[in-house]
Amino acid sequence: MPGAKVVLRVENLVKRYDREVLNIERLVLHRGKIYGIIGPSGAGKSTLLRIINQLVKADRGEIYYFGRSNSHNAKDSLDLRRQMTLVFQKTILFRTTVFENIAYGLKVRGFKKQEIKKRVDTLLEQVGLKELAGRHAATLSGGEAQRVALARAVAFEPALLLLDEPTANLDPANVELMERLILDLKRNTSITVIMVTHNVFQARRVTDEVIFLYDGRIVEMGETKQIFTAPHDPRTGAFIEGRMIY
Amino acid sequence: MSLLDGILEAFRLIITLDPYLLRIVLLSLQVSGAAIIISTLLGVPLGTWLGMCEERKTRLINKIIYTLMGLPPVVAGLAIYLLLSRQGLLGVLGLLYTPVAMVTAQVALALPIVTGLTMVGIRSRGRELEETARTLGAGPLLTAWTVIRECRYSILGAVVTGFGRVVAEVGAVMIVGGNIEGRTRVMTTAMVLETGKGHFELAIGLGLILLAIYFVINSLLYTFQKESPEGGESHARR
Repeated sequence: MPGAKVVLRVENLVKRYDREVLNIERLVLHRGKIYGIIGPSGAGKSTLLRIINQLVKADRGEIYYFGRSNSHNAKDSLDLRRQMTLVFQKTILFRTTVFENIAYGLKVRGFKKQEIKKRVDTLLEQVGLKELAGRHAATLSGGEAQRVALARAVAFEPALLLLDEPTANLDPANVELMERLILDLKRNTSITVIMVTHNVFQARRVTDEVIFLYDGRIVEMGETKQIFTAPHDPRTGAFIEGRMIY
Repeated sequence: MSLLDGILEAFRLIITLDPYLLRIVLLSLQVSGAAIIISTLLGVPLGTWLGMCEERKTRLINKIIYTLMGLPPVVAGLAIYLLLSRQGLLGVLGLLYTPVAMVTAQVALALPIVTGLTMVGIRSRGRELEETARTLGAGPLLTAWTVIRECRYSILGAVVTGFGRVVAEVGAVMIVGGNIEGRTRVMTTAMVLETGKGHFELAIGLGLILLAIYFVINSLLYTFQKESPEGGESHARR
């Protein structure tokens, strides 16, 4: 995609546990797009996200974030990490109020009190939880908690948002709400989103491009419409049509 | 003296704040308090670090800590005695039969408990909290602090359990303290002595105070846990 700024470039990335779980020769992602990573269980989708977010170290390979190589210097590495964030499938909220949860990343980055309040209030309104600012996070429903997690993740306006099956455990109404929030983010900011999902229908609804991962390798990557209407690889077609046994 | 007389006399000693009883109680609280503060300062960071490490990398340390959690007080007392006796490595310090020796022995008992229980508490939820804090941009120190703060109920439980262990033990403080009146006599050693002498009223009185201390501490912990909306339980959704 000429002209668009490259946000992430992955080259020759290899990760092994007891076997090789990931082997990505090359992956280039551009600013302002929503990428969907689909594939069967054990394909390496979550591992890829965790490596990108520097929660897990790759055994080999390079990742370039915003044109910069993944530094081994702790301070540079922290600076890089602060430009992205990951929302897990299992929502982990801190034992404090909804407001404090959303404010966490802003406080970490040294935002002033007034700015924190302004941003948190705006986000609470966007995720439909304005009335729950003072509620303890432990009292929220699953859908509310995941919306708080999303608000917390985008509060500091990361350049790269990683979503690991963020709607896997939600009811249809909350799934729709989360998808709308993600699409609103794309519309209103230049954020790049990488979303791992098992739900091919969701990938079709939300993403601009799809990456089909199988056995740790990228089988196919392309525009969502093309992947869903005319996949090049038969395995992609089989997965999308639910014919892949795994 | 009948048992009833003993109990009544025990209450009289407590209500009139008998100086001898008061001195013993205060020294007990000082010794066990100091031991638990030291154990907390050392054990919580150590337990947090171990809890956040991959379990397979700390297997041997885990086994050692679990073993030491069940360390018999007399064994701890003997080890500290040998260390502080004239021929011991630290004999030159002249600490044997002093409150410092008693604190040292109690630290040997409480430290593995505080460390081990903190480690277990952190391990149950620490990894996901650590990752959450890191993904939100926290550096190593803030991440560790977030994990400790989030696991505070487990850690408080570890500290209370450690305190319960040391304030009630008799073997270690008897060996390294010597049960010297006015210097190293604490509640448990005094109870042993007074029971042996047939002075049940003082032993019963001390026993009641010991129970009351337990009750107050556990009530505080219970209230603290109950006041949190999740009742002190882990808050990982789904």
